[in-house]
Amino acid sequence: MDIFLQQLVNGLVLGSVYALVALGYTMVYGILELINFAHGEVTMVGALVSLAAIGAILGMGLPLPGVVIVLLGLLVAMAVCAALGFLIERVAYRPLRNAPRLAPLITAIGVSIVLQNVAMLIWGKQYIPFPAILPIERYEFLGATITNLQIFIVLLSFCAMGGLVLLINRTRLGRAMRATAQAPQVASLMGVNVNSIISLTFILGSMLAAVAGVMVSAYYGLAHYYMGFLLGLKAFTAAVLGGIGNVGGAMLGGLLLGIIESLGASYIGPLTGGVLGSHYQDAFAFFVLILVLVFRPSGLMGERVAERP
Amino acid sequence: MNAILSKLRADRRLLWIAYLGLVLLLTTMPFLTEMGLGRSWVRILDFVLLYMMLALGLNIVVGYAGLLDLGYVGFYAVGAYLYALLASPHFGLHLPFWLLLPMGALIAGLFGVLLGAPTLRLRGDYLAIVTLGFGEIIRVFLNNLNAPINLTNGPQGVNLIDPISVNGFSFGGMHQVFGLNFPSTYSYYYLFLVLTLLIIFVSIRLEDSRIGRAWAAIREDEVAAEAMGIRTRNVKLLAFAMGASFGGVSGGLFAAFQGFVSPESFNLMESVMILCMIVLGGMGNIAGVILGAVLLTTLPEALRYLGPLQEFLFGEVLVDPSNLRMLVFGLALIIIMIFRPAGLLPSSRRKRELQPEPEVAAQEQATVYDSKR
Repeated sequence: MDIFLQQLVNGLVLGSVYALVALGYTMVYGILELINFAHGEVTMVGALVSLAAIGAILGMGLPLPGVVIVLLGLLVAMAVCAALGFLIERVAYRPLRNAPRLAPLITAIGVSIVLQNVAMLIWGKQYIPFPAILPIERYEFLGATITNLQIFIVLLSFCAMGGLVLLINRTRLGRAMRATAQAPQVASLMGVNVNSIISLTFILGSMLAAVAGVMVSAYYGLAHYYMGFLLGLKAFTAAVLGGIGNVGGAMLGGLLLGIIESLGASYIGPLTGGVLGSHYQDAFAFFVLILVLVFRPSGLMGERVAERP
Repeated sequence: MNAILSKLRADRRLLWIAYLGLVLLLTTMPFLTEMGLGRSWVRILDFVLLYMMLALGLNIVVGYAGLLDLGYVGFYAVGAYLYALLASPHFGLHLPFWLLLPMGALIAGLFGVLLGAPTLRLRGDYLAIVTLGFGEIIRVFLNNLNAPINLTNGPQGVNLIDPISVNGFSFGGMHQVFGLNFPSTYSYYYLFLVLTLLIIFVSIRLEDSRIGRAWAAIREDEVAAEAMGIRTRNVKLLAFAMGASFGGVSGGLFAAFQGFVSPESFNLMESVMILCMIVLGGMGNIAGVILGAVLLTTLPEALRYLGPLQEFLFGEVLVDPSNLRMLVFGLALIIIMIFRPAGLLPSSRRKRELQPEPEVAAQEQATVYDSKR
């Protein structure tokens, strides 16, 4: 039972990170029907930039507590990623707005290759450690161990998600976003500046990705130029699991995927009599995805939408 | 380009000369390549043909039937591992290739149906992620099936795979012709060339066949296709199976050619690259797919010269060339797509779709409007 609870906690932490990245995928998809394959790479850039900023602040030797330094690094990463997201949309997606559907997919792959290699040029191929400046405390809870960092990650991502939901459902801007997602042309007739809404969507998604990147590198204690690939893949899976284009679905999908993965990793061995080990964790997540999509072809919370002509 | 083509069509003699030139070019290609670029490029030439086969196979699924498949490399892996396991010291089996290649096509085709069956109801991007997951599942299994029973030898891969041999003529060895030594890359070139031409022929014949038109109908509008009496389920499964079987054959060839397979050769990036070849070249157009395969296979290799080029220009290597190589490659993908969104050689059908002549469109609208009145 305590293993179950422990894995549930781990899965929740992992899942809340997935959810944050998945939100970026799903928001862009909701508006442009485009898989932004470069989104995982934005997460990676966020993590590496925050590490560089934290390193720079530590180098200045200011008498600041660790939490403040990390938060400052997070802010820098968010700003850089926001600019990056804006730039990616401008350079790689906007010229292809009316192109065949797969064309922006290829530029997205191109952007992702470029970002990876630029990151490799700047930061090298090695793993970069996250400085141990956060005071880690452990709490025992019904036999499971929870660190304050884990609690912080879950809380922060829930706050970010809550903020996003409020933004989308309660503000003028959110209304413009929803209108653009439903019918861009009609929205523009109603006085919505569709181009700036799309830019804004990319900026928001990239900022969330930066948050996720910083938290992942703080959680695992390292960052790496290639870390965005798998994270992006998992988050995209999560977005599809929940129903791509649906903000609530991305959160649900992310959390579920994280929990499925960590429970799968610990129970897949005993369940199959030791034939399949925890190496099959990744395969297990995809297997669950396929199973879900067989019964709910539009994801858990997605609506059945007609194919676009 | 079009002017030359129409001239060729008008004059039969010119057409024959052009065909003859093409045949001559294709048969002497490895020699020309070695003379012009060096022996290592003959090997790259073989890979160009191999990727051409893969891209043409995926083109059936993506280009003809419009089903976005991001796990195509899974079928390639199935074909490669089938060949590797049944023709290597790993199990001590050495089955002949003329049995293994059709078997690879068949088994990969079965895997195609296996993937197709649960995904029939999925559309567009949902299909993309499921196929992606499928490819990853195959890779994860290949990576881990070394315990409890050692099936695939895990991450180490399978070694010492038999080369293809016919009547004692091994494609793997050196051969002497007219006193000149020719390595295995030459013999494999001709084998791959024959198979590629076969696959091109099948693709051309498929495109305008009853099945090909059914695929086009499904791609354009699945509901309308079903309403016209096309059994969408069977036809879609057929697309998956055929595409997969091409992949399986290429996989077998890859294993024999390479002599070694490991799960790392079959990662997601490989699927993505094959998809890039199709989209970049011109989806659904065979000439475009061929061009895409040539371009995306040779470009990363050609960019290896960035290191020497830097030395030549600046006297020293400023930026790590292996790094710069992929950077330029990514930029090239972006730039080509921005300037040619429908691909370098778009298929004629797609061209019509993308650029409707304004007058015709206006006329059509007018008639609809008139009839309503």
